[in-house]
Amino acid sequence: MAETLLKIEGIVKRFGGLVALNNVGLSINKGEIYGLIGPNGAGKTTLFNVLTGLYMPDEGTFTFAGKDLFRAKPHVVVGTGIARTFQNIRLFAEMTALENVMVGRHIRTKAGGLGAILRNKGTMDEERAIEAKARELLEYVGISSVADERARNLSYGHQRRLEIARALATEPTLLALDEPAAGMNPRETSDLKDLMAKIRNDGVTILLIEHDVKLMMGLCDRIAVLDYGKKIAEGVPEMVRNDPKVIEAYLGVAHA
Amino acid sequence: MTMVNNKKLGLFAVSAIAVVVLPFLVGGALGNSWVRILDFALLYVMLALGLNMVVGFAGLLDLGFIAFYAVGAYSYALLSSPHFGLHLPFYITIPIGAVLAAFFGILLGTPVLRLKGDYLAIVTLGFGEIIRIFINNLNAPINITNGPQGVNLIDPIQVGGFSFGKSFELFGQTFSNVYLYYYFFLVLTVGVVIMAWRLQHSRIGRAWVALREDDIAAAAMGINIRNIKLLAFALGALSGGVAGGLFSAFQGFVSPESFSLIESIMILAMIVLGGMGNIAGVVLGAVMLTIAPEILRSTIGPLQMAVFGKTIVDPENARMLLFGLAMVVMMLVRPEGAWPSKRRRMEFQDAKKGVSHG
Repeated sequence: MAETLLKIEGIVKRFGGLVALNNVGLSINKGEIYGLIGPNGAGKTTLFNVLTGLYMPDEGTFTFAGKDLFRAKPHVVVGTGIARTFQNIRLFAEMTALENVMVGRHIRTKAGGLGAILRNKGTMDEERAIEAKARELLEYVGISSVADERARNLSYGHQRRLEIARALATEPTLLALDEPAAGMNPRETSDLKDLMAKIRNDGVTILLIEHDVKLMMGLCDRIAVLDYGKKIAEGVPEMVRNDPKVIEAYLGVAHA
Repeated sequence: MTMVNNKKLGLFAVSAIAVVVLPFLVGGALGNSWVRILDFALLYVMLALGLNMVVGFAGLLDLGFIAFYAVGAYSYALLSSPHFGLHLPFYITIPIGAVLAAFFGILLGTPVLRLKGDYLAIVTLGFGEIIRIFINNLNAPINITNGPQGVNLIDPIQVGGFSFGKSFELFGQTFSNVYLYYYFFLVLTVGVVIMAWRLQHSRIGRAWVALREDDIAAAAMGINIRNIKLLAFALGALSGGVAGGLFSAFQGFVSPESFSLIESIMILAMIVLGGMGNIAGVVLGAVMLTIAPEILRSTIGPLQMAVFGKTIVDPENARMLLFGLAMVVMMLVRPEGAWPSKRRRMEFQDAKKGVSHG
């Protein structure tokens, strides 16, 4: 039995009268690539926001690596080891690629206001280490050639990779990717798939939202399907693909 | 490489010498009142740099910044004047004022953590007014601030028995105390510049820019939004508090009138016109906006007399009128400020491009 890394149970999230997540539970094992699919508006991104602390869930339990993260603040969640990217890329547009990744090191470094003003040895050493690590990560995702470009000017594919590098800078044990392949051509998608496999091989568990079903089937160890805020299926890709409830959610019921 | 460094070093040396001899040139040519204006310019540089940490670096629009100046000024005034009979030395009162101002910065920052943009501006504006009104009314039932009359006879800065309160003699010539204050302020201003510069290029400075550009992404990258905002408010207020203490010592008198809303707006205008986020730009803006009104003050009256033979517009009104006009022109022609940071200039260029594309 694989070790459970993340476990949520009975998560409910309401926006006024709308129940965006209704009693959702799932568990992610260490080292796997876990896919989350569902029609538009099913609550995938809402669930992501709950898992990364941007939304406060109304009910349920949420544990990660043995720690209780129910209603925890985003920086606490990141500190515990969950990092994310965004569906609509949210880089710091006017910062360079390198600076973006350096921001990602914030949670793993300490220098405060006083250190910044005094520039003592510890602060300067840390600053050099931050930059070195950031360059290493740009190299890792394959965009070190654009380190000093502003994020805004990068190509779409590079921006996606930069977001991943920035998330990796927080040293996550779980990397949550919200539609990383959206808008990519087949070539870029295939490169991205290789990158995700590499990240997983380096010991990071991946949670993935994606519309590209082919990509998901080939990449994920397990998949959960959301529909109208409820989990309707969970399991290995083949099982999910043939689940009648999933087919119904995507294609509708036959009115024959 | 060394050529560039030598050139830079040369430029630095020339400007350093210029700044050091400036009061003597100005004082010799225009008189001591202009040296006094230079002193005020330095105070405003400190204030503008403090506000720039909040507005320029962290992107939090603060319209009540003068409150921290007031806190610093009154801390000094109450601890070094006959009002309470306390005469603590400046190296105690100015740090107390600075720390107290930082405390008030956090006090203001805490309730407005969730606010952004216009809403934040309105609340901070209210906070600035609350502080001023408090000072104005804290003369009863217990007289703490002496109310609208203000605090008088505040001790000047004293270094080892030498008072900055009177003129001094050097090489057989008598110099006004405004020269002493100039160098004293200059040292502290350089200190604030270094502090602002180092903060900007640090882990904290990066977190501020991240917060300014996208607070949700910043939070998702593990930045503690609450703490980083409060740090910006506190450090900004700290510089304001130092400037306030110096103002007290320099003037020898403080009253609530000095801390009105228009002062907050002026400091914000210094930042915006100079180039928000860029330290050199902010310094330029503060110096420009301190000196320009004084030049207008001394020229508008005589100019009207020369042209029309009588005063048509009251010089004070005309000054504000021209001032407003200059601001409007500036915003139309160069909205990014006179000397913006590279990053900020890019932001404005992108914004312009966005419009032409749409």
